[in-house]
Amino acid sequence: MKEITQLNLPEDVLYADDHEWVRKDDGTVKIGISDYAQDQLGDIVYVELPQVGDKFDQKEAFGSLESVKAVSELFMPVGGEVVAVNAGLEAAPELVNTAPYTDGWMVEIKPKDPAELESLMSKDAYVEMLKGL
Amino acid sequence: MRYLPNTEQEIAAMLEVIGASSQDDLFATIPSECRRKNPMKLPPAMTEWELNQHMDKLADQVSGTHHNNVFVGAGSYHHHVPASVSYLLGRSEFSTAYTPYQPEISQGTLQAIYEYQSLVTRLLGMDVANASMYDGASGLAEALLMAIRVSRRNKVAVSKAIHPNYRQVVNTYFKPTGYEIIELPYRPDGRSDLAALSDITDLAAIAVQSPNFFGCIEDLESVALKAHEDSKTLMVACFTEPLAYGLLKNPGSLGADIACGEGQSFGIPQSFGGPGLGMFAAKKAYVRSMPGRLVGRTVDRDGKGGFVLTLATREQHIRRDKATSNICSNQGLCATAAAMYMASLGGTGLRGLATLNYDKSAYLKKRMIQAGLRLPFEAPTFNEFVVKLPAEFEQKYQQLLKKKIVAGLPLAPYYPELAGCHLFCVTETFSKQDMDTLVEEVAA
Repeated sequence: MKEITQLNLPEDVLYADDHEWVRKDDGTVKIGISDYAQDQLGDIVYVELPQVGDKFDQKEAFGSLESVKAVSELFMPVGGEVVAVNAGLEAAPELVNTAPYTDGWMVEIKPKDPAELESLMSKDAYVEMLKGL
Repeated sequence: MRYLPNTEQEIAAMLEVIGASSQDDLFATIPSECRRKNPMKLPPAMTEWELNQHMDKLADQVSGTHHNNVFVGAGSYHHHVPASVSYLLGRSEFSTAYTPYQPEISQGTLQAIYEYQSLVTRLLGMDVANASMYDGASGLAEALLMAIRVSRRNKVAVSKAIHPNYRQVVNTYFKPTGYEIIELPYRPDGRSDLAALSDITDLAAIAVQSPNFFGCIEDLESVALKAHEDSKTLMVACFTEPLAYGLLKNPGSLGADIACGEGQSFGIPQSFGGPGLGMFAAKKAYVRSMPGRLVGRTVDRDGKGGFVLTLATREQHIRRDKATSNICSNQGLCATAAAMYMASLGGTGLRGLATLNYDKSAYLKKRMIQAGLRLPFEAPTFNEFVVKLPAEFEQKYQQLLKKKIVAGLPLAPYYPELAGCHLFCVTETFSKQDMDTLVEEVAA
């Protein structure tokens, strides 16, 4: 497991306390899991994603990640409608481990209420939270 | 497995190691109010021959298949179990092995289950099979719940020609869920009536049994086509007599998404109704929604072959309330028996045995018709069929029981509209003479 100082935590995304990240795009947001989360889970062998058009509230489970050891739920950092899913993860789930913030993204959604983004953490706040774990 | 009592000396030796002065001292932590004060009221001990006589007398009170001609199947079939299966299954490596909780150390157990899975997928024409469910009925209930998970819908259509006990188990599983069960009627020819589905949308699954409870072979292909008119509806093919697929086209090749049912026919004695074996197989696309456990074959870091419990992350002991099923075990010994049975017969043997069942059953059917009896259903059958008997037959049925003949299963308790109809079954274990005698008695 990585030390907090070894984690790759970019500043251009916002973090949720369930370890998902959100990157704002043009009217939509992309969602994935943080380097901390992928490191804790270990080798990801399967990513179960929702379908385009599915709608979720903030904090609602939208899919699951299967590692060798466990299956973990994925929670929506902000509510909204799914406009795209990362189909590449079906054949290459390990992208979540190797490129959590780029090729390992999971879903793109159209947020229902952009104000929900304000409940998320900056990199510094997320690091503080991790130190408390 | 051996059940040898401990001698006084052995008990004393064990107590000494533990550091307890007596057995009462050993059990001192059990509160006295939880402990029996008086000795159990048991009859005096019998000798071994007395006990055998006692058990024989008990066995004679029921019409078991040993000394009777029981023309009844209806979900539990009297098939010959080859001596090789009984012998191999009795080996303590198999008979004492418990479900593998530290799976990878039990390579032999895992390989036995893996072979079972491989044979089940070949028999049913499906991509993947699990390590087994408890029995055919729980397999069907789990299949319907799986279809609900996959489709994210909450309504299933279940044919009335599925075994009544299976439907009862499904109802029990569904009762607390709020999911809806729509019952499909059967047609005058004995097969499920798909016309009833024309106005129904948003189904998670359409489930039929083939051969169905009346012995009729369902048109699985039409059921699959009907189900797949809606891209989300799964076709569930259930069975109580897997031997039929030694002869008939298997569910997978006819479009089934899930195939499930009872495996008792394959080397497992009827044993007064259980234990059974739930066979369960699906298309690969649905493997992660499958209930129960699955053994996979892989290589270790040195490239050596081995077996693992795979997808166990979705089982109850890891995933808790989010698990695909609340069953966290499998019918290990019965599954092993079924694997040994299928391997003993082989593909050709299975086909030969299935043909024998079909032919013998066709013979009895023909004789019944010649004797002037009416067969209410016209659909083709495998080794079971329904016969309409004369009004006064009930009395004769009782007389035949005394002659050690069980003349079919009366259907009225399950289907009141079929009063006077009995379901007959013929397996390889019946001789021509058995059948001729039956027809003479029934027609007399």
